[in-house]
Amino acid sequence: MATEATAAGDTAVVDAPVADVAVEGIPHDTAALERDTARYALALGDDALILCQRLSGWVTRAPSIEEDLALSNIALDLLGHARTLLSYSAELTGGGDEDSLAFTRTERQFRNVLLAEIPNGDYAVTIARQLCLAHHTRLLYTALAGSADPVLAAFVTKAVQESAYHCTHAEQWAVRLGTGTEESHRRMQAGLDRVWPYIAELFAADEVTARLVAAGVAVDPASLRADWDAAVGAVLTRAGLTLPKPNWHSQGGRQGLHTEGFGPLIAELQAVHRQYPGGTW
Amino acid sequence: MATAAAHPAPGSADGGMSAEAYEAAFEAAVAADERIEPRDWMPDAYRASLVRQIAQHAHSEIIGMQPEANWITRAPSLRRKAILMAKVQDEAGHGLYLYGAAETLGTSRDELLDKLHSGRQKYSSIFNYPTLTWADVGAIGWLVDGAAITNQVPLCRCSYGPYARAMVRVCKEESFHQRQGYELLLALSRGTAAQHEMAQDAVNRWWWPSLMMFGPPDNESAHSAQSMAWKIKRFSNDELRQRFVDICVPQAESLGLTLPDPDLRWNEESGHWDFGVIDWTEFQEVLKGNGPCNAQRITQRRTAHENGSWVREAAEAYARKHHSTPTAAGAETRKATV
Repeated sequence: MATEATAAGDTAVVDAPVADVAVEGIPHDTAALERDTARYALALGDDALILCQRLSGWVTRAPSIEEDLALSNIALDLLGHARTLLSYSAELTGGGDEDSLAFTRTERQFRNVLLAEIPNGDYAVTIARQLCLAHHTRLLYTALAGSADPVLAAFVTKAVQESAYHCTHAEQWAVRLGTGTEESHRRMQAGLDRVWPYIAELFAADEVTARLVAAGVAVDPASLRADWDAAVGAVLTRAGLTLPKPNWHSQGGRQGLHTEGFGPLIAELQAVHRQYPGGTW
Repeated sequence: MATAAAHPAPGSADGGMSAEAYEAAFEAAVAADERIEPRDWMPDAYRASLVRQIAQHAHSEIIGMQPEANWITRAPSLRRKAILMAKVQDEAGHGLYLYGAAETLGTSRDELLDKLHSGRQKYSSIFNYPTLTWADVGAIGWLVDGAAITNQVPLCRCSYGPYARAMVRVCKEESFHQRQGYELLLALSRGTAAQHEMAQDAVNRWWWPSLMMFGPPDNESAHSAQSMAWKIKRFSNDELRQRFVDICVPQAESLGLTLPDPDLRWNEESGHWDFGVIDWTEFQEVLKGNGPCNAQRITQRRTAHENGSWVREAAEAYARKHHSTPTAAGAETRKATV
């Protein structure tokens, strides 16, 4: 848990108009702290929900039955994380629930990082995306165990173990593909090159997070970078893969600025729920 | 567990029995309701019949994931999404148990998948129907899993041990899925008018195909008599179908939904529900590969397999580089366990 506030610095981005913005530097009152925590839980919940939605696309399409099972297992874990985090967010704002948050927000109101939403691609792209996100989540959840927010701290005690399993799965495949055949090596490198422009965003703090870091509730994303570089770098070394050096870096997911593929993803997620207004399921 | 002495494998230490003696020992074990185990002697036709049935059962679990997986990304609540994902995972697990059971008979999963992909082995005809609405997920749980359980519970006492044991595990999870399907339909039936209508429409479309899951009528069933003699099957197709109808009618009533059969009526004399005539022409067409989704289901399975070949090849190449040869690895394992 990062206990010192770190300036958001050049990564601070102007927030989307739908957000609650408290003035930086002014101490949190309880209501403001709850609003910020709700927004933070929402962002982390969206990361899990959207990655779950993408991974679900592999069910019945994976390279083997074992992998079909492994990927849907991971997706189900992530769905569990999303449900806890979205429910907590709804509880803090005093309105709605996990379903109203998942099924009635617009694309511009989702707060996930862009890496979670990029399409599955081939198996190597999926594994590259898993490798990067699972390590990020594992480190983040590990650090959140020290959160001043008891609900977040309790949530991560179980979730961090699941993230560790997701890391192991992605690592094993990254190494198998990286050192397997020429074809799999080429594809794994291409997978890494595909996802790398989206990495910097994982470590960029927005204003909400910066305020919560000061309050001891959130983890400063930048503080996770060194451990993440070391863990993922070790895998790339074992896999004989080259660290990509992208010229472009994504931003904006936490402010609701998504990729073009996100609208169709959300349309599919929400279709039935929206077709039957007032329905209970 | 069959007593090994009753029907030893040829070539074993106490072998030397005549072919007739093996046959007689096998018949006696079946008659005594003993379990036949993989190392026991069994007639070639018994082995072939079991491979056919267990493989078809395994393929049905794997193909059967598709119509339901079609709705995972669109499930209308996160709770329902989690339930559906867990269910589809269970089906993959059932497929794996069953391929494992088939492998005890001297075949391999690769060989069986190859036969599925090339159309030489079948899967349940029910999975060639499309899932058109969310309510279909409930109808599949209630009716399709319900029919499967009715078929499979007697298989827990099937004469072949590995199959019987697989069925015990499968049936536990299947009955859980069936309750979930029923509960899903109940929520829709009691929901808004539009939800109720969606549920009724799904039941209308899945009822007859579910009755077809029990196979052709007894007088037209090619494998039935022999399977019953071998105690692979315990009840006839028509007996199980009647049992299923008798269970479903009151359940439909408590769901607040109707079954699409004008001839459905209680028969005081027989103590069963009489029901209308099944469209066996449709059944035969679907079995022949001419149902609405036959081509789609196999294409998706084959595409997944083909698209994944480079991944499986990479895993094999990696294993070759990092482990000793299979023989040497086997020797190490044995040494370690001595």
